[in-house]
Amino acid sequence: MDVEKYIASGILEQYVAGNLSKEESLEVQHYAIEYPKIQEEIESIEMAVLELTKGASPGLSPDSFNAIKNQLVEVIPFEPNIKRKATSWTNYLGWAASLVFAVGLFWMYLENDKLQSEIEGVTKENTSLEDQILDIRNEITGTEALLNQLRDQSVSVIALGGQAASPEAYAKVYWNKEVNKVFIDAQGLPEPPPGYNYQVWSLKFAPLTPTSIGLLEDFAANGNKVFELENPNNSEAFGITLEPEGGSASPTLDQLYALGATGP
Amino acid sequence: MNLDTLISKFQKKDVAAFERLHTMYAENILGVINTIVQNPERSEEICQDVFVKIWNNANDYDTSKGRFFTWILNIARNAAIDELRSKSHKNWKKNLSTNYFVGNLEAYDDMDSRIDVIGLRKLLKGLKEKCTELIELLYFKGFTQKEAAEQLNIPVGTIKTRNRSCISQIRENMKT
Repeated sequence: MDVEKYIASGILEQYVAGNLSKEESLEVQHYAIEYPKIQEEIESIEMAVLELTKGASPGLSPDSFNAIKNQLVEVIPFEPNIKRKATSWTNYLGWAASLVFAVGLFWMYLENDKLQSEIEGVTKENTSLEDQILDIRNEITGTEALLNQLRDQSVSVIALGGQAASPEAYAKVYWNKEVNKVFIDAQGLPEPPPGYNYQVWSLKFAPLTPTSIGLLEDFAANGNKVFELENPNNSEAFGITLEPEGGSASPTLDQLYALGATGP
Repeated sequence: MNLDTLISKFQKKDVAAFERLHTMYAENILGVINTIVQNPERSEEICQDVFVKIWNNANDYDTSKGRFFTWILNIARNAAIDELRSKSHKNWKKNLSTNYFVGNLEAYDDMDSRIDVIGLRKLLKGLKEKCTELIELLYFKGFTQKEAAEQLNIPVGTIKTRNRSCISQIRENMKT
C-alpha cells in the first residue's frame, strides 16, 4: 500500500472527526497497526484537534471533577473482597457444571459406542439371513428344475426293489430316452460305509450283460438323494451294487442292493 | 501510563484513571460544548453531565468506535445539540450551522470572554475562512461530510482534501 497517498487522501482527519463508517474505521485501525507512520499521523491530527478544541474552551472551573465525583456510582462487583467471594462461588459452579458436562459427554460416548456395535451385530445377522434366503431360493430353483425334468413326458419310471444284501432298500430310476439321461432317486438306500460307493448298472438279459453307467458320488452330501447320470444304453433293467470307492469293472453281485426291469 | 492502559482501568471503574482522563480532555469537551451552546456556565454543567455519562457508559466504548477522544467528542456534541434543540425548537439547525467559532473571535474579545483568544488566533493564523468554517462544522458541530458539503456548497469529494490541508496548516502553526 502507498502509505503517503493514503495519508494525503485526508481519510485520517475524517477518522479523528468520527466521520467514517464502522467498516472504514476498522480499516483505518487495521492500517494503523500495520504501518506505524499512519498511527503517528493519527496522533498528530488528534493533537491538533485537541489544541484547537482546548483553545475554544471558556475555561474549566478548578473543582470541575469534584462536582461530578459524587455522581460516579461505584459498581459493587469490583470491590476486591466481594469480588473474591463471587469468583470462588462462580468457580465452583463452573467446575461443577463442566464436571456434569464431562460425565454426560462420556456417558453419551459409551451409549453411542454400544449402539454402534449393536448396529454392527444386527447388520451381520441381516447379511447371514440374506445369504440363507439366497441359498434357499437357489435350492428351490434347483428342486423345481429337477421336478420339471422328472415330470417330462418322455421319462419312464422304473422301480428298483431291495435285494438279498439289503431287503429294505429301494430306489427309483427316471429314464429319459430322448436325451439319454437317468435320474436315480436313492432316497431308499442306506448310506454307504466309508470307502464304498454305490454303482449303477444298465443290464441286458440273454446273455446277462451289465454296463456301468456311473457312481452315486458324494452320497451323504446330496440333500435330495437324486443323482443325474448319462445312459446311452438300450437298458432292459437297472441294478445298484455297493462297490469299493471308485467303482468296479463288473458288479459284485452279492452286494446287489436294488434291481428293477424296465419292461412289463 | 499509556492511554490504552488508562482507558482499560477506567472501563473497570477506576476513579483515579477516570480523573486522569477528565484532566486530559475536559477542557476540550467544554470548548466543543461552548462553541455550540454559546453559554459558558450552561456549557460547564453540560460538560459535567457528559463526563458522568461517559463514566456510566464506559463499557460502550471499544476501539471499533475509533479513538477514545473521538468517542467522547461525539457524546459531547450530541449533548450540546440536545441543549440547543430544547432551547430553540425552530431555529436550532440554523443556530448550529452559524459560524460562531472563528468569525466571532473579535466578539469574544468584546464579551470579556474567558477564552484564550490570543492562543486561538495563533493556532488559526493564516487559515482561510473556508478552512475555519469546515473545521468548525466537522470537529465542533459533528457534521457529516455530506452535510458539511451542503452547508458550504462545495462537492463532497473536496471535503476530505480541503480538511486535510486546513488541519495541516494548524499543525504547522503549532510548531511555531
